[in-house]
Amino acid sequence: MPPVPTSDPTAAAVRSVPRQRPATTPLGPVAWLRANLFNSVWSSAVSILLIYVIVRGAVGFLGWAVVDAVWSVPAGPTGPDTALCRQAGAGACWAVIGEKYRLMLFGRYAYAAQWRPAIVVLLFIGLYGVSAWRRFWRWELALVWLGTMSVCGVLMWGGVLGLVYVPQEEWGGLPITLMLATFGLALAFPLAVVVALGRRSRNMPAVRWLCVLYVELVRGVPFISVLFMASVLFPLFMPAGLNPDKLLRAQVAFILFAGAYLAEVVRGGLQALPRGQYEAADALGLSYWKKTGLIILPQALRLVIPPLVNTFCSFFKDTSLVLIIGIFDLLTSGKVAMADPRWQGFATEIYLVIATIYFVFCFAMSKYSRGLEREFAHAQARAR
Amino acid sequence: MRLSWSDPLVRNLVWQVVIVGTAAAIAWYLISNTMRNLESRHIATGFAFLDRVAGIPIGESLLPYNPAVNTYGRALLIGVLNTLRVAVVGIVLATILGTLVGISRLSRNWLLSHLAASYVELMRDIPVLLQLLFWYLLLQNLPGTRQALHVGNLVFLSNRGIKFVLPAWQPGYIWVLAALLAGLVLTLAWNRVAHRRQDATGVKPPVWPVALALLAGVPLTVWVGFGAPFALDYPALRGFNFQGGGSISPEYGALLGGLVFYTAAYIAEIVRAGIQAVPFGQSEAAQALGLHRGMVLRLVTLPQALRVIVPPLTSEFLNLTKNSSLAVAIGYQDIVSLANTTLNQTGQAIEGIAIIMLVYLTISLSISAFMNWYNAHIALAER
Repeated sequence: MPPVPTSDPTAAAVRSVPRQRPATTPLGPVAWLRANLFNSVWSSAVSILLIYVIVRGAVGFLGWAVVDAVWSVPAGPTGPDTALCRQAGAGACWAVIGEKYRLMLFGRYAYAAQWRPAIVVLLFIGLYGVSAWRRFWRWELALVWLGTMSVCGVLMWGGVLGLVYVPQEEWGGLPITLMLATFGLALAFPLAVVVALGRRSRNMPAVRWLCVLYVELVRGVPFISVLFMASVLFPLFMPAGLNPDKLLRAQVAFILFAGAYLAEVVRGGLQALPRGQYEAADALGLSYWKKTGLIILPQALRLVIPPLVNTFCSFFKDTSLVLIIGIFDLLTSGKVAMADPRWQGFATEIYLVIATIYFVFCFAMSKYSRGLEREFAHAQARAR
Repeated sequence: MRLSWSDPLVRNLVWQVVIVGTAAAIAWYLISNTMRNLESRHIATGFAFLDRVAGIPIGESLLPYNPAVNTYGRALLIGVLNTLRVAVVGIVLATILGTLVGISRLSRNWLLSHLAASYVELMRDIPVLLQLLFWYLLLQNLPGTRQALHVGNLVFLSNRGIKFVLPAWQPGYIWVLAALLAGLVLTLAWNRVAHRRQDATGVKPPVWPVALALLAGVPLTVWVGFGAPFALDYPALRGFNFQGGGSISPEYGALLGGLVFYTAAYIAEIVRAGIQAVPFGQSEAAQALGLHRGMVLRLVTLPQALRVIVPPLTSEFLNLTKNSSLAVAIGYQDIVSLANTTLNQTGQAIEGIAIIMLVYLTISLSISAFMNWYNAHIALAER
């Protein structure tokens, strides 16, 4: 008689597999290092090389910028004595910043009144902060902008409320950079929206061609050539006797230049909007302006906010080009500061500080733009 | 037909007339002002000044140039060539560096990917003009020619720029170059033949061995046939500067370095986005078909990534070319710098700026046209 199985075969099969410990997910710093830095021979080699390079670079830089750095210099008979910075083995001479930071930040603005441009800078930064906050995205924000701009104008010029008048030729430094960027982008943006709409208009070919011509012409030439045009040709274009000052001409050039680039960004948003939105608005019997203002633009502009912020960032950087036509912005005042014969040879320190200022502004913008992008992508994924 | 405001045709027509009329009126106003101003300042318009002797000293030029004899026209032509010299070399180097950084950003090595990301962020958040000035400062602060940093007697790095050893030009080299060109043409032809034969028979004739033989073998044979002439031209310090060998001026070096490092950061982001845009399933499917890693990259991932990469890459190339105009800030004599000097010397402001704009428009349109052709070439052939 064949043996009767005592239980079903599957159970036997299960019992015959040797017991194993549950799989462990490796944790802790060592496991992290193994997974991320040393997961293969090549990866380990690259990691070791990079660690060596980074450590050497960091030690060298910190030695120069912190350990061997000279933070202040004693006063000599005719002004600060920079011999300490010029010793053999001396690192960065940060004393030059302590001596020149007012010139770098505010240019030749009347020294005693430099608290005014300082407040203007803070106001601008506050304005950016408020505008970045989505809770305040409503039309009243435009009033806040107008109000802040007027206060800035009063502070910069003075001449009222007991403030000393400071002519525009004496302005300089960071406020000029922020003003060029802020006014430029605030005015270029409406222009860009109009041009983008014009370029998209299907039943007005003449207007479309006008917009295409403007956008492509501007985008085909470098900013410098437009700035040269503003500084050299603008006086020729104006009627005799009318001669707007250099800063205003550069500002106009900046607006015209930025307008073309922003128009392309806005056009991207208009194109990305589904056609159903246009057709639905038409079906409701809305006029062109109502359709555009109530249906199309609110959605299209929202789509392009992240690329718009990136464009803002690149134009913020491009304001530095006014150096070439001799306008006193942040970079120019830095160059003036390093031209002082007593402090010659410490340009690196000045460039580093100016680069840091630009970096802080642009880094904030790019961080913000990426955050928005993520948020929008998330919202869109939820809406589906 | 009655004319009525509610007729869209009439409305569009009226709007167009109004807008174009306004634009034309503004243009006419500006032009008439300009004419009057030019007349009152006694400036003659026209391009006659191009034939006058320039007298601008030019530091580096690809063409023979003598400021006492040559004209403004020639000076401007040299400027255009200098611009192209920076733009072409810069585009090639920035593409290579950008691709490397972009791929590094996707590396599984944490250190490498984060280093690449920091590089991109740092470069993109500092104005390119500031970077150029900084590089120029660094190159100017290098030791003098007598204390030059050097690698043997091959490369010298001093405040006069970079000097390096070059193979000296020999008379037979022109034929070697011709052989190389012929080899290139023959390779392309053979590639077409091979493709056609593969289409017809299903069997692909060998391409790589033939290409190698044509590209390396033919020029090498010609070179040996001429007696294998070869000599090196070493840079050597004579007086205050180096003579011989190849050289890169501090201005050119700073401009090229600054533009390449800056643009590479943007290209890296484009490359990364392009690679990430190809769904992972594509490379998985290719592996399932039995293609090995190199083929997956070459036949499946790259062609799809390129479609995403090429359009934004074009605008980066254009940006690099336009940013090369910042040369004027560090004293490299490109077209902007030379045209600016010209217009300051002759007072021909309108013509000078028109020339700058025309040159850049031509370069921009050429790059766009080429990249559009290339993009159409690699685009998805839809049924």
